[in-house]
Amino acid sequence: MPGPTPPIRSTPANPAEFPTLVLVGHGMVGQRFLEALADRGVTERARVVVLCEEPRPAYDRVRLTSYFSGTSPEGLSLAEPDFMARHGIELHLGDPAESVDREARTVTSRAGLVFAYDTLVLATGSYPFVPPVPGKDAAGCFVYRTIEDLLAIEEYAKARAATGAVVGGGLLGLEAAGALKGLGLDTHIVEFAPRLMPVQVDEGGGAALLRTIEGMGLTVHTGVGTQEVVSGDCGAVTGMKLSDGSALATDLVVFSAGVRPRDQLARDCGLEVGERGGVAVDERCATTDPAVYAIGECALAADGRVYGLVAPGYEMAETAADAIAERLAASADPGAPGNSGRAPSVFQGADTSTKLKLLGVDVASFGDAHGAAPGCLDVVYSDSRSGVYKKLVVGPDGALLGGVLVGDAEAYGMLRPLTGSVPPVAPEQLVLPAGLGAPAALGPSALPDEAVVCNCHNVTKGTIRAAVTDHSCATVPAVKKCTKAGTGCGSCVKVLTSLVNEELEASGVSVDKGLCGCFAQTRTELYEIVRVRGLTGYARVLDEHGREAARGGDGCEVCKPAVASIIASLAPTLGASGYVLDGEQASLQDTNDHFLANLQRNGSYSVVPRVPGGEITPEKLIVIGEVARDFGLYTKITGGQRIDLFGARVDQLPLIWARLVDAGFESGHAYGKALRTVKSCVGRTWCRYGVQDSVRMAIGLELRYRGLRSPHKLKSAVSGCARECAEARGKDFGVIATSSGWNLYVGGNGGADPRHADLLAQDLDDEELVRLIDRFLMFYIRTADRLERTSAWLERIEGGLDHVREVVVEDSLGLCAELERLMADHVAHYRDEWAATLEDPDRLRRFVSFVNAPGAPDPSVRFVPERDQMKPDLDILAGPALPVRTLEGNPA
Amino acid sequence: MTTALGRTAVPTGTGPARPAGSGARAAVRVELLVDRRWFGVCDADLLTPGRGVAALLPDGRQVAVFLDRGGIAYAIGNQDPFTGAYVLSRGLLGRTAEGLPFVASPLLKQRFDLRTGQCLDDEAVAVAAYATRVA
Repeated sequence: MPGPTPPIRSTPANPAEFPTLVLVGHGMVGQRFLEALADRGVTERARVVVLCEEPRPAYDRVRLTSYFSGTSPEGLSLAEPDFMARHGIELHLGDPAESVDREARTVTSRAGLVFAYDTLVLATGSYPFVPPVPGKDAAGCFVYRTIEDLLAIEEYAKARAATGAVVGGGLLGLEAAGALKGLGLDTHIVEFAPRLMPVQVDEGGGAALLRTIEGMGLTVHTGVGTQEVVSGDCGAVTGMKLSDGSALATDLVVFSAGVRPRDQLARDCGLEVGERGGVAVDERCATTDPAVYAIGECALAADGRVYGLVAPGYEMAETAADAIAERLAASADPGAPGNSGRAPSVFQGADTSTKLKLLGVDVASFGDAHGAAPGCLDVVYSDSRSGVYKKLVVGPDGALLGGVLVGDAEAYGMLRPLTGSVPPVAPEQLVLPAGLGAPAALGPSALPDEAVVCNCHNVTKGTIRAAVTDHSCATVPAVKKCTKAGTGCGSCVKVLTSLVNEELEASGVSVDKGLCGCFAQTRTELYEIVRVRGLTGYARVLDEHGREAARGGDGCEVCKPAVASIIASLAPTLGASGYVLDGEQASLQDTNDHFLANLQRNGSYSVVPRVPGGEITPEKLIVIGEVARDFGLYTKITGGQRIDLFGARVDQLPLIWARLVDAGFESGHAYGKALRTVKSCVGRTWCRYGVQDSVRMAIGLELRYRGLRSPHKLKSAVSGCARECAEARGKDFGVIATSSGWNLYVGGNGGADPRHADLLAQDLDDEELVRLIDRFLMFYIRTADRLERTSAWLERIEGGLDHVREVVVEDSLGLCAELERLMADHVAHYRDEWAATLEDPDRLRRFVSFVNAPGAPDPSVRFVPERDQMKPDLDILAGPALPVRTLEGNPA
Repeated sequence: MTTALGRTAVPTGTGPARPAGSGARAAVRVELLVDRRWFGVCDADLLTPGRGVAALLPDGRQVAVFLDRGGIAYAIGNQDPFTGAYVLSRGLLGRTAEGLPFVASPLLKQRFDLRTGQCLDDEAVAVAAYATRVA
């Protein structure tokens, strides 16, 4: 399918003056290399061509197995969709490099395209090693490396397999076994070594792992090799013969016996390769030909090792990009001083520490995990009952050299950076379970400044501290942005967070987490206070729980709407009025909630009737049109599949709504921190691709959650198939149809800080879906900060998505029944706010422009024509443009 | 323009005169001092403590009239100097840590001292302030 991607950026007229860089391979390391080039401005100064064998751009191979838990191939993608276009990179998918002519400096692709290069970079990765056993090519034999491999395994498993066997019990083998188990196969693991994960863990760790994995119902065969794959009459796999003489019946075999560097291209063009494979490179990742570089798993690094992990590959990508950027700068301006005295970055080898979750088991290994150093000693904690095994390797001088953690790798974030130094407490305290072990005083503060906290980006504790002290980063997200720490695998975020807080406190910044000047509590704490004490009035909350000086006062514009929102969310449960403008509540609401409409820049308001799921009858469309025409309103279609009517004066709002309510419309809550819309595509009913009735579901969800007050607005969408036309993954909660039900995604956002929603659960039936959304929303409302969207909340709360899943899917806190009850209360007590307003003369009283001239329109709200409609006449308001003041309190 | 010196008129009688007092239906009026004359705006029970209303002066000027939690009335110009829109009456009331009563503009949230009209977020900006009484 995809041919060459045309660059959008214009290239210089004379390509001869513009050096060409050809990258062979677009895997994880290849993509990182491109990003590194872009960061260094190389893509501005050179033509960059990428040849990629796979039919799709770089994706996260480490998370490959998550495809089986619902992540779409697109969800694994690593490059932002417009990355290539933005940087003018030519990406050729499905067209691998076939040969290199180093003399002529050209690369020829399989399709026959020839590219002249000034610099060539090989990032061809590895290929799975398949042991040369008879029958290895039978139908039903697979490897586990690419998305295409996964799709093929899935198809075969679903059609004709009940049992599957994985050859290889290493890291990838366990990943593959997890995938087969996820497909519902009776799964076997065959490992030649006497234990699982022989490279990473020791005997004790392997034993703990074995018990846990067998406990999950997988069958593990260690210490046996595969002698032959046996096939039946039709050529399909029926079983395996093992080296101990036994036979294993299986319908499918996945070979996962390690990987080998893909160095054929380099061999063919005469570059030096290692004895056991790998393109030989120096410390700057250059091969024996200075115009050719090799990075990642295909390279034999200067320390004589081939690295099969992504972090060292990333480091090589950065190193090569540095070297190439310098070369380019030097050739463009030979007189330039070059690197301005900075030592050139080099790759001399890397830490192969890893922390993984395999089949749900935490496994970590770091430093000298096998105790190879002379004179070293072990400290071991082992608890077979709970499948926990921890070993630390300590040198004769007491320095921590490495370790293995199985079943509980919580300490990894602290232990790995301590490697190489003498820990501040006795090593046995570091492996004992919490409560028995490390005294509370041993926090990240005990780490030396040079300890590498973020392994993915090689960020030291000192750098993180400097981000706070020298670069005035005052929050964890700011430090992440500044240093890149914590943006890789994320395993260090916990340590990072405590470091940042510690540093802030040390530098005298008191971290006041209070909502505002009136309350020392966070919004979450106030929610609990209101809920547990059953408070229904702001004044009581302020007088009894506010800061001393604020009690008895008027509160402020930050906490009033926040408390009003909490009371509104809990109103049915507290027995308070569900009408947000009753009694004292009226004085707490922002003007939008006060007039049940959206204030616009000239003091007029806009009106948005609810159009559930975006479905609307012609009659209702006509009513909207007539109302807009009769009141002279400007109309515009919103992004949420409804119609916004602009330019209403406050005194017109009840008149407009009387007509709308009459025609069957309800408030769309566009003015509230509440559910806005549930968008939908047209779904199975009309669309030839649709697999579920997305419109029905969207309407059902919108009607269920309408009027639900929350810490911030809530948006949703339902797509009828994986094409995702409703853009559900850009929503706070998004639903995507599958052939067997619905997938639920949460925490998506558009706007200034876009975020794709994460899969919370998959293949749900209608009832399960609604129940999960009920719980999710109520948990969010309960624990989010003021004006914190679900995306920011999900990023902030400890444990992130996993924690939310544990709470709302697995009910780890025993909260689900209560969350469901809260939502049931909400649904049972919903009333349309505009209907309730119109039928009560007292409530209508506020809708006047002037208290002393109720009939008079506001003369400052005037309009001038534009494009057949009207727009605010700003001339009569004419004032200088002045800056916006940001509200105090917690950052939104 | 008169630089109206903001002055709170503490209601006479025992404590703040909370409008719409229990049972007593005698109309309590909110008045502003405009060009040295008291101008009646509305009955006090039309005001909600913690909120404001807009009123039209005979010469077309707009004022924003507020009642705080203690029943004290304040009045300042209704035009938000930052946007030009006549909306200050629709802002939320609050009190700073120093105890200054303020309204926050509903548009871009700048705060104005209810007694003086001074913008608390930009000392170069102020709106008119009017003395009030509740009688």
